[in-house]
Amino acid sequence: MLGYIDQIKTISAKLLTQGKVDMVIGFRQGSVPMMNVPCMVKNPADLDKLVWDGHCGINLANYVIDRKEKIGIVAKGCDSRNLVNLMIENKIKREQLVIIGVPCKGMLDYRKIESNIVEEKENAQVLVKSGDHEELLERAALLQDNCSICIHHNPVIYDELVGTLVEEQELDRYAQVKKVEALSIADKWDYFETLLNPCIRCYACRNACPLCFCPTCFVDEDKPQWVGKGEDPTDARTFHFLRAYHCAGRCTDCGACVRACPMGIDVRAFTLKLEKDCFELWGWESGLSLDQRPALDVFKPDDPQDFIK
Amino acid sequence: MKIIKIPKKDWKAGLERSKKSFRVYGPIQGNNKEHSYFGELEQGVEPDMSIERTGLSPKAIVFPRSEVMFEYTTDTAQEGCNIMQPPEKNYSPLAVVGIRPYDVAAMLLVKKNFDTSDYRDPYWCDAFDACTFIGLAVNQPDSLDFSTSTKTGPFDTKGLDILLVDLDEYYLAQVLSTKGTTYLEAAGFNQEAEADAEKQIEAMQKSAEDGIKSQVDFEKIKSKTIMELYEADFWEDAAFACINCGTCTYVCPTCWCFDIQDEKCGKQGKRFKNWDSCMFPLFTVHTTGHNPRAAKVQRVRQRFMHKLKYFMDKYDDGIMCVGCGRCIQACPVNLDIRSICEKMNA
Repeated sequence: MLGYIDQIKTISAKLLTQGKVDMVIGFRQGSVPMMNVPCMVKNPADLDKLVWDGHCGINLANYVIDRKEKIGIVAKGCDSRNLVNLMIENKIKREQLVIIGVPCKGMLDYRKIESNIVEEKENAQVLVKSGDHEELLERAALLQDNCSICIHHNPVIYDELVGTLVEEQELDRYAQVKKVEALSIADKWDYFETLLNPCIRCYACRNACPLCFCPTCFVDEDKPQWVGKGEDPTDARTFHFLRAYHCAGRCTDCGACVRACPMGIDVRAFTLKLEKDCFELWGWESGLSLDQRPALDVFKPDDPQDFIK
Repeated sequence: MKIIKIPKKDWKAGLERSKKSFRVYGPIQGNNKEHSYFGELEQGVEPDMSIERTGLSPKAIVFPRSEVMFEYTTDTAQEGCNIMQPPEKNYSPLAVVGIRPYDVAAMLLVKKNFDTSDYRDPYWCDAFDACTFIGLAVNQPDSLDFSTSTKTGPFDTKGLDILLVDLDEYYLAQVLSTKGTTYLEAAGFNQEAEADAEKQIEAMQKSAEDGIKSQVDFEKIKSKTIMELYEADFWEDAAFACINCGTCTYVCPTCWCFDIQDEKCGKQGKRFKNWDSCMFPLFTVHTTGHNPRAAKVQRVRQRFMHKLKYFMDKYDDGIMCVGCGRCIQACPVNLDIRSICEKMNA
């Protein structure tokens, strides 16, 4: 991963100078630690500002929605799956994109690191400094929750590949969901109530999500108004439940919602459950192929539910 | 200046005593690291004075996220049918303990909007007037704090009734107003500090202010025309990363925009105001469906133009930002007001 950036710059320079794209979307260094900023580069001379490390957690697919230009885009596994979704859902055309695939090794969770100084090192380690103290830590322990259970680190679609494909892990993605499923009804209620209690309805989770591109979100509709806008907890729950269902069969578990929440709510608690349902009912994983419609967008004669037959 | 010494061992008992005559609010740590806010401290609950910067600013004390302005009934059998009435509100004395100096400075900026010679917003003003502000100096400002360049600072006493300075074993409390004296009496804190206390505070203030390395400069913005800034070529690039989530405006202590909603259930109804955000397309959409700020770049520009240019032009009292650093900390894509200010000031 340490050497990726040179390749990203070389590929981007080629695409821009040959006129194959109008812009490259990638990351530049942020103004605070552990925060890289999505940016577009139109001029090859500006490519120097591009960076790549474990702080590129934001999903770049969000930035191509409805754009008209030809775009080179740096894409991790999850970004590439969201690009597939966006192409299927007609928010961007395949021929507009040159996908610079980056095999991902997981993104670091800024919430798990107290220090302000973090350097990526060889052998999947991270050097964390605080005052006079410094310590080499294993990357694996500092990853975003979604990254630590990711089984699609490699881009699923790409035109250029940076580095070499990484080995995918095999594990139970739904251990956390199963814990919640096993709770009694009363405990489940408490769990979700505590989970959503801090919500201030800023909708940052929705805006960070590359799936949420409705021209007007249902919470913003006012003729009729579906959801109250005061502090009634029912309204906050309605928003989260409905948003999760809108993402069912489309969510790639990129973690953008959790990253964005200013109140630190684990919004993935909802989306991961629906991902599990889609997988168990239909063997469906979102964003893996351009040839398949999303799970809730198709009918199959062997549907496990009777009512539809 | 009168300075009272409050040994930490007496702190809790004094706070409890004050709760007899004050509603006491302070920093509370919520469900997780980011979920910290100012809320009412029940009996036996102490403010968490270790939180350097609450995730949500204390503006909600005087400007709640959602506040009922009027209630009404359409039931003809009831008195006052079809007439909107302001609900009963509690404006009894409220002590805000542990508020940071920049957050009180923010309230003074917001006051310019809600308390003018022409209009007085009764909800905001009555809540503000009920408050006694017991500030807590920031001994070691972090890298996001740029409050010394926004007309406040880690030991700024402007707007405060008391400034507490934490010296590990005890607090030194600078008494700044009669409201402050009243609170200290209610809490039973009356031990005069030693003669060198003032010097001690001055030295800590200097060290804290020197510790702030982050600055904004906005002198040149003043002399530029609105159109020059409005039409500047950096906006598209500056706004690119923004996901228009509004987090910055929700955590900002100086953002004051709100929306008004009506809700009716059966024959009972209410009209209330909610925090709103200029980052949302809905904020400006007209009844015709036309939206003068339909594009993201327009909304991003509006936020910074309001904070850094329109406010300055209107009130001639600096920018509408107190340098608390919350928007920088909370922004999921690291849009930094300091770098935008630098571009506008270039």
